[in-house]
Amino acid sequence: MKTRSLTRRAFLGGTAVATAGASMRVAAATASAVAPPSFGPDPVPIRLNVNGHDVALRVEPRSTLAETLRGALGLTGTKIACNRGACGACTVWLDGVAVCSCTILAIDVGEGAVTTIEGLAPGGELHPVQAAFVQHDAVQCGFCTPGMIMSAACLLQHAADPSGDDVRSAISGHICRCGTYPHVVEATLAAAKVRP
Amino acid sequence: METRQARFPRGIAGVGLDEVEREVPADEAPPLAPNAALAVIGKPVARHNGRAKVTGAIRYTADVQLPGMLHARILRSPLAHARIRAIDARDAEAHPGVRAVLRVAEPGTTSGTVRHVGAAVAAVAATSTAAAADAAGRIRVDYEPLPFVTTLDDARAADAPRVFDEASAPAGNPAGFPAPAGLPLRGNVRGPGRDQRGDAAEALKHAAIVVDGEYRTQVQTHCCLEPHGIVADWREDGLTVYMSTQFTAGVRHEIAEAFALPLARVRVVVDGMGGGFGSKSSLGNYGRIAIALSRAARAPVRLVLERHEEQMDAGNRPGTWQRLRIGANRDGSLAAISVVSFGTAGIALGAGIGNMAQALYTCANFESAQHDVFTNAGPGCAMRGPGNVPGGWALEQAIDELAHRLALDPLALRDRIDPSPVRREERRIGAERIGWGRRHAPGANRGPDGGPIRRGIGVAQSLWGANVQTNAACEVRVMRDGSVEVVSSVQDIGTGVTTVLAQVVAEVLGLAPEQITVRIGDTEFPEGPPSYGSRTTASITPAARNAAWLVLQTLLREASATLETAPSMLVARDGHIARLDEPARRIPLREVAAKLRTDRISAVASRGDDYTGFKRRMGDAALAQQDLGGVQFAEVAVDTETGVIRVERVVAVQDCGRPINPLQIESQVQGGVLMGMSFALYEDRLLDPATGRMVNPDLEHYKVAGPREAPRIDVVVLENYQGNSATDAYGIAEPANIATAPAIANAVYNAIGVRLRDSPMTPAAVLAALGRAPAAGHRESP
Repeated sequence: MKTRSLTRRAFLGGTAVATAGASMRVAAATASAVAPPSFGPDPVPIRLNVNGHDVALRVEPRSTLAETLRGALGLTGTKIACNRGACGACTVWLDGVAVCSCTILAIDVGEGAVTTIEGLAPGGELHPVQAAFVQHDAVQCGFCTPGMIMSAACLLQHAADPSGDDVRSAISGHICRCGTYPHVVEATLAAAKVRP
Repeated sequence: METRQARFPRGIAGVGLDEVEREVPADEAPPLAPNAALAVIGKPVARHNGRAKVTGAIRYTADVQLPGMLHARILRSPLAHARIRAIDARDAEAHPGVRAVLRVAEPGTTSGTVRHVGAAVAAVAATSTAAAADAAGRIRVDYEPLPFVTTLDDARAADAPRVFDEASAPAGNPAGFPAPAGLPLRGNVRGPGRDQRGDAAEALKHAAIVVDGEYRTQVQTHCCLEPHGIVADWREDGLTVYMSTQFTAGVRHEIAEAFALPLARVRVVVDGMGGGFGSKSSLGNYGRIAIALSRAARAPVRLVLERHEEQMDAGNRPGTWQRLRIGANRDGSLAAISVVSFGTAGIALGAGIGNMAQALYTCANFESAQHDVFTNAGPGCAMRGPGNVPGGWALEQAIDELAHRLALDPLALRDRIDPSPVRREERRIGAERIGWGRRHAPGANRGPDGGPIRRGIGVAQSLWGANVQTNAACEVRVMRDGSVEVVSSVQDIGTGVTTVLAQVVAEVLGLAPEQITVRIGDTEFPEGPPSYGSRTTASITPAARNAAWLVLQTLLREASATLETAPSMLVARDGHIARLDEPARRIPLREVAAKLRTDRISAVASRGDDYTGFKRRMGDAALAQQDLGGVQFAEVAVDTETGVIRVERVVAVQDCGRPINPLQIESQVQGGVLMGMSFALYEDRLLDPATGRMVNPDLEHYKVAGPREAPRIDVVVLENYQGNSATDAYGIAEPANIATAPAIANAVYNAIGVRLRDSPMTPAAVLAALGRAPAAGHRESP
């Protein structure tokens, strides 16, 4: 993983990692400590790598990654439901690690590679986790679904043969009010058998 | 009206099916066979908008972005009760990003008093959410604090601060679960609303056994993952509103009335809808605010609530206190049921405990007195199974207690007092699935190691009226290229009605469900039903089937010349129109469509009456003759040292008439069970009595069941045919939510031999009940 400067919000981002996936709480805590520069309040230029594309944009320093993805970049598949890292709806990958994008400032992402639900399976083919979510009806209202899929797919990147408990642990930072958890576990285990 | 006689399947599939003759309108589709004989209905068809949901492509209200769109924020009261002396918005108006400022509270008028923390005071529309929030923060409000009261018990006291006076108190509850109107107001207490049959007081005096208990349920919040949201686009030629709503058509009517617009100039649209559970049934204050801001700013305005606003001012399930007495004879038959309830929906009405005690069991003598208590707290509204969730919590525990007192098996007691043949079957199936025979006497299942864990099994039942919206229409179109469209303003809030509509129409036209395009959630289309009261499928599927059947008649007439037989001798099957007598002689449906004189043929149908009539009618809504219900069994492990209850397994046996998509029904039942479990064990809206503020207005301290708490859930859905409509389908959402909490409570009693009558059953409450920790004393919530 690339080294990024540690700011207070990036440290909070590390907390978000723990929320999104208990088994992957390594992201920011290992970054080296450097005094943060000060920005704002006016928009500042940044570059982001999102779904394999480099984009240049201007954001207010207070903009979270979730707000930036949804607003400036129009990637509205990432949802904001609690906006404080408690529900997992905003989960994206940062350098392949599932994180809550609502607790990371866009200016703190640096050179990290961001993957959103739109980038999970570019080219129209569904990722096996997405296909399994449809097949097993692991979707009701669907608002928690993109985040849930990002955590489930992240687990499959790292675990060869996950158990039901592994799946429950990987999605334990997500809240689904419709109660899709049983079908999400079923779908993720089924997807693990047909991994990409 | 022209009618004809037709024979319909009746009974429970796999148990006993016969036929019943009904008189049906001549323009309705012929009787539908049981699911086993159908091609598409009753099959686990994958969710139609599943792909759009798993790719993030589906557009929710929160995702709508319009050119020139402004962003709104609401300034909310920090005080639980205050008179507003003045609002100074000059600094907000001077903010460079601000385009409109709205005073929601007007000093010196009735709206100038705020009655709960989080009540809207003013609102701002600006070029960004951040600018709107900054500007809202610059509005200066001069509050005169008033005394307030936040708990049910305190508010009932004679000297309690008054939330309302006679003039300002709401009399009915237009925004949520209907509350009886015209009831007296004494202090903060409105009511009682009374129901009675026989003489319960007299019968209780003579009953052989009386169980008498007091029960409390907490305030639960809806916690829809998608917050309440609206994008209002006011233009000279009309208003378009994108809204996360359970009822596009109803919101359209509300807007037309509130803003004096003709219906034809108001359009309400929703595509993806991120959950409502009752809280998104009407336009709401926030909806009116966004529209007023759009009108003032002459630009589209987006208002999406933040989570703390959701928790404080977007509805909740009212908290309740009940005293329930049941008198029984030695043989278990019920002599009398008496219930007194006090509930609080904060500043709103609708905190009744429903009709389960009145309607579930055979009992000649019944009385109820239900009261609404006003408190300085956010308004309650309907929430999944309103009334019957707290009502069932008490009733089904009391029946369990009665069985224990009578030394009867709780299932045997219900066999005696429950007249429903459907629930009898559900009890039998569920008992077998859960292994009811493994059940120990209360507190006796200590496990082989003699450790602190006790296990138990419990059962409870649910009851819910089979609601139907008679004003529910749907249009089916067949285009010249053979493509098929179903359109209605009905909305898919996650229950899957999109898929259900495709299945119903595909079955009629002999197509695959993927070949049907479903466009809904838009009031440009015929007016569909709301998605509340478990009525959507019951209301819209007969209309869809009848519309498709009418269109099919045109196609059959078109094909009859080529196939050289009468239309009545033709059938639509496998994408073709075929002769019944010579199935090999057939034409593809798209070739028949190609011969149409016009670009399309279409038919609109609306929901007719149930063939046996309705029990009751209330405007556009009606209540079917039969009820819906279900029986749920729970198995729990209770750690008697920590007090933690773990639900290990739930078996849910439900009925919803004809099940149309068993996969989606299973999803919805699992959701009902999980919401019920979450209510039983975790959720609690906590208000600070010193300030009236909610101390857990978020999703980390307001605890909702997560993936690790989810038990194994077995879902069994009966096919219960009654021959009452063109699809015979009814609802599932609410009946699946009602029995879970009391089933868990009864399982906890079976595990530890002590009954917990207050929800949620927290570890502290369990330890107190076991005498292992000091009793928490009087609970401050609700």
